[in-house]
Amino acid sequence: MTELRDHLMALADKAVAAGEGPRQAAPHPVNDVMISHWTEAMGDRNPVYAGPDAVAPPVMIQVWSMEGLSRDPAREFRRPMDDVFDALDEAGYKGVVATNCEHTYHRYLSTGEELTSSTRMVDMVGPKRTALGEGYFVTWNVTWFSGDEPVAEMMFRLLKFQPVVPAEKAKREPYPLRPAVNDDTRFFWDGVQAGELRIQRCGGCGELRHPPGPVCPSCRSAERTHIVASGAGTVYSYVVHHHPPVPGQEPPFVVAVVELPEGVRMVGNIVQCPIEEVYVGMPVRVTYQEMDDELTLPMWAPIPEEA
Amino acid sequence: MSSLSGRTAVAGIGATEFSKESGRSELHLAAEAVFAALDDAGLSPSDVDGMVTYTQDANDEIAVAREVGIGDLSFFSRVHYGGGAACGTVLHAAMAVATGVAEVVVCYRAFNERSGRRFGQPNTRLGGEPSSQGLEMSWHVPYGLITPAAWVAMFARRYMHQYGVTSEDFGRVAVAMRRHASTNPAAWFHGRPITLADHQASKWIVDPLHLLDCCQESDGAVALVVTTEERARDLRRSPAVITAAAQGSGTGQMMMTSYYRDDMTGLPEMGVVGRKLWKESGLSPSEIQTAIIYDHFTPFVLTQLEELGFCERGEAKDFIRNGGIEIDGHLPVNPHGGQLGEAYIHGMNGIAEAVRQIRGTAVNQVAGVQNVLVTAGTGVPTSGLILSQG
Repeated sequence: MTELRDHLMALADKAVAAGEGPRQAAPHPVNDVMISHWTEAMGDRNPVYAGPDAVAPPVMIQVWSMEGLSRDPAREFRRPMDDVFDALDEAGYKGVVATNCEHTYHRYLSTGEELTSSTRMVDMVGPKRTALGEGYFVTWNVTWFSGDEPVAEMMFRLLKFQPVVPAEKAKREPYPLRPAVNDDTRFFWDGVQAGELRIQRCGGCGELRHPPGPVCPSCRSAERTHIVASGAGTVYSYVVHHHPPVPGQEPPFVVAVVELPEGVRMVGNIVQCPIEEVYVGMPVRVTYQEMDDELTLPMWAPIPEEA
Repeated sequence: MSSLSGRTAVAGIGATEFSKESGRSELHLAAEAVFAALDDAGLSPSDVDGMVTYTQDANDEIAVAREVGIGDLSFFSRVHYGGGAACGTVLHAAMAVATGVAEVVVCYRAFNERSGRRFGQPNTRLGGEPSSQGLEMSWHVPYGLITPAAWVAMFARRYMHQYGVTSEDFGRVAVAMRRHASTNPAAWFHGRPITLADHQASKWIVDPLHLLDCCQESDGAVALVVTTEERARDLRRSPAVITAAAQGSGTGQMMMTSYYRDDMTGLPEMGVVGRKLWKESGLSPSEIQTAIIYDHFTPFVLTQLEELGFCERGEAKDFIRNGGIEIDGHLPVNPHGGQLGEAYIHGMNGIAEAVRQIRGTAVNQVAGVQNVLVTAGTGVPTSGLILSQG
């Protein structure tokens, strides 16, 4: 880590020591067409930017030295800090965000002026911890000239950072007590996922059955449907588990056989209830508990008894 | 109709020591128990032509046969459903012997249930596979209802609610078993009786079950030799005649979680076994001098007494009060101390005790034993036996 920082800092010092870079000619002279586009885009109707004696808006100074989208290879050049940026990229500081920009204007520019610009690296600070990730602040200065006369300057600072990989949505530990599911029972677990407590109903004779099975023992029909239970139930029996420890469960916990008004029984945990308040005959209502990212279990919570 | 009754007998019993860490492999334990049973019967390995064990046993019949020097086998069978297999192994052996499929059948159960895989520990894979059992478990395991104690506790709570049974009533079973074990040198809890207060003070395992409602975990093995009653008569020991043997499964049966039947306070599968046993033997409960009642968890001892007709439904709590199932009570249950007191060998050690009671050689011998009733694992498809004097 220190080694990397030393390497980067050495490159930065070298770039700073190199001072002013070569002067690059702007692709086009200051011109009224570009001024007109800019003022239109910005909605700036100041009359000094229009007409035969128009001057260029000072704030568009950067525009004059910007390269177009398709660059002429002959016009490619390296700025003093480009070696530093390459090294930062290579070290994983690929993120970039501009943090400061300050302009200084010495005078207005008129159409027809041919500009040049040159860049000077000011400094590099880092590594710093930021909300975006760890990074280095790089500052440089650009001076624009008309002939040999400096007409504007810009201090620019940006942060080159190692983007923090968005923490993967914290996955819950898989709940260890998973039910086996097959074609005969899938409808039940699908129901639970959908927030429905399903009871198998024979398509032939209408008999309700839990736990479910492939063939109706009453009429031999293999045609299976289901109803959605009301969600009400009564504790028929229950236990309080203390020992030994059960993976995925925090003892003591309550497991009950619950009798449903539909006429079947189901087993589930009693939750949202002090253990000492559970009793045989207690009215309960189904509630759904997410055990992990995939498994939901129907459980039972007390409901106030009717007066 | 030809009956199995009286045609076969248990001619030999053998066991290893009962421990918490046997220090040897399960196959090693099996071989030792089989040797002991054959020696007890006065038979040699070459006499054996059939073998039966539990589906759950990790020692294949052929592996045990190789180890013991048993040669050709004309019969081998496995009985499913955990401890419910115990008496079923004897039934299978008796059927094979009575029909001439085999002549001498060895039944065995061997495991390091304490130092190896412990049945009482949660096995998160129980609900993992879409086999019929995996799917069955999948209605319960996701809620942490995953240990045998928890499965039984669910029945116990309903039973308590319905019949006004208390934790002390369950405790009386534990006290009786530990009393019996305290005078049995082979028992792990030899010399260590408990009081009802000890039971009540023991920690919760799964409320309403305390620690002392749950049987111990053991390493060990037991083997039995079954042959014809006629041949047994000529062997070293007096035969324990198989008067009746039965398996049973009930309507809506599940493995330990039959919570969806109309009534959750009975063990209909044991009712099936009981009716078969009484019918085949022609006996009634009053003709049983001592019973070996499967006691992995105390509540089901009460339920079994009711299912087998030793008392009316809901009345077992009264039946066991005042030492009713202790050695000097009206029905001594598990004089060896049962699985709560002697060892948990999946019910096989109880069958051995029944044989000793018939022979009159038990350490806690009940006087005048003619018939002993034995049951196997409860809450699962199960089995039972009535053994009698020859």
